[in-house]
Amino acid sequence: MYNIQSYYEAETLAEALELLVQKPSLKVIAGGTDLLVQLHHGRIPQVDLLSIRKLRELAGIQLLTAGEIVLGSLVTFSDLVNHQLIKQHIPVLAEAALAMGGPQIRHIATLGGNICNGATSADSAPALFALNAQLKLTSRSGERLVPIREFYLGPGKVDIRAGEILAAIVLNPEDYRGFSGEYIKFAMRQAMDIATLGVAVLCRFTAGQVLEDLRIALGVAGPTPLRCSAAEDFARGKVLSAENIAAICELTVEASRARTSWRASKEYREHLIKELTQRALTSARAKAVKQVSLDAGGGEIV
Amino acid sequence: MFKRITFTLNHQVVSLEVDIRKSLLELLRDLGYTGVKKGCGVGECGACTVLVDNTPLDSCIYLAVWADGKNIRTVEGLAADGVLSPVQQAFVEEGAVQCGFCTPGLVMTTTALVESGRAYSREEIKRELSGHLCRCTGYQNILKAAEKSLTHSGEHKCRCDK
Repeated sequence: MYNIQSYYEAETLAEALELLVQKPSLKVIAGGTDLLVQLHHGRIPQVDLLSIRKLRELAGIQLLTAGEIVLGSLVTFSDLVNHQLIKQHIPVLAEAALAMGGPQIRHIATLGGNICNGATSADSAPALFALNAQLKLTSRSGERLVPIREFYLGPGKVDIRAGEILAAIVLNPEDYRGFSGEYIKFAMRQAMDIATLGVAVLCRFTAGQVLEDLRIALGVAGPTPLRCSAAEDFARGKVLSAENIAAICELTVEASRARTSWRASKEYREHLIKELTQRALTSARAKAVKQVSLDAGGGEIV
Repeated sequence: MFKRITFTLNHQVVSLEVDIRKSLLELLRDLGYTGVKKGCGVGECGACTVLVDNTPLDSCIYLAVWADGKNIRTVEGLAADGVLSPVQQAFVEEGAVQCGFCTPGLVMTTTALVESGRAYSREEIKRELSGHLCRCTGYQNILKAAEKSLTHSGEHKCRCDK
C-alpha cells in the first residue's frame, strides 16, 4: 500500500485550484507513473493527494486559428504519438514521446507530469526546449506563461508556485512551422529505459539550403535540459557542410555541463553529445530535403 | 480513508469500499484475481498488466480508486465456458509459456492489440510488447504467439510479406 494520508478528486479546475489554497500540503497527481514510484521507494515519506485526472479543462490537443498548438497538461504520451495534429505539424514531438518508457507507461503518463517532475532526462524536454514551449500555469489568482527554459530550475526543481497547476503547453507557429526535426535518445535498451543522453534538433532552411534557424537542445547534459545558444548563433546563415557540422558539434559540447553518473562518465556523455548532434543534424537535413521535394511535387532529391 | 467505487470487473459490476492507499493490483489480488501478478511493483516489468477501458496499464502504479467507473479486465475474464480465448490458445500452441509469470500480462496486452482491429508489423508488435519482461527470455515464442493472435480467422492482418 502507498503511504497516502488523504485523497481528493477534483471535478473542475476551479475546485482543484480552491483545494490547493485551502490545503497547501496537497500534492497534485495525474498519471502517477513518477509520483507513485517515488512513494514506493520512500523518496516521498507520505502524501496528501489531489487528483486532477478528471479535469476536462486540462485535456486534449488543439490547433488555434492563430496557429498555436495547445497541449493540455493531461495529454498522455500515447496521445502525442497518435494524434494527427502532432504527426502532421510537430513529428519530432511524436518521436520523442514514443521513446519514453513502454506502452503501458505511455498510455497513462502525462506530458504535464513529465515536465513538472523536473528531470533532466525527461524525454519530452529536449523537443519542447527546441520548440520554445510556453507553459501556462494557472492559480486561483490568475495565469502566467513561462518559457520552458526558465521553468526548469535544477534537478527535480521547477518554477511552480504554491497554488499553481500546469494547465497547458503552448507551441507558437513561428516555432514549429517550416522546421524539420530529429530527437535521438541514447539508452542501454530500446524501451523501458532512462536516457543516458537526449538530443533534439530543429532546422529551418532557405531555398538555397542555408540554415535560417537552428535549435539544439540536450537532455542529461546538465542538471536541467538545456539549449546550445552559441552553436545555434554560429549556424544561422550557414550551410550544413561537414566543416560547419563539426564546428556546431564542438560548440554544442561547450554548452553542455555533463557529469559522471552510474549510467555514463562525463567524457562518454561529451562524446555522445558530439556524435548524436551530428547524426541528428544530418537526419533533420535529410527530412527537410525530402519535404522540399514532396512540396515540389515529388521532383528529384538534391 | 476509504472511498466507495463502482466498476466493471470481467463483465460484472462490482461496488465496494476501497482503502485509498491501495493499488489496483492489490485490490484485484485481494478479490482473488491472482492472475494479476505482482512483479517489480514500479511499472517496469508488466506482470501486473490489466485492461482499463481496453487499454493495457500496469495495475501496480494505478490507484484502486481510479477504477471507479472503469471497465477492468484481467486474464480470468478471457476464457468463456471453459474455452480459451484465441490469444490464450495461440500462447499455448506456440509454447509461449515457460514459468508463466509474465504470461497473463502479455496475454492482456496482446488481447488489446487484437481488439484494436489494426494491423501490426513485426517491429510494431515488438514495440507494443516492450513493456513486458520475460525472465525466462522466451521472447521468440511470445512474439510468434502474438503474431498468430493477430492473424485470426484465416485473415492475415500482419503487414509482413506473407
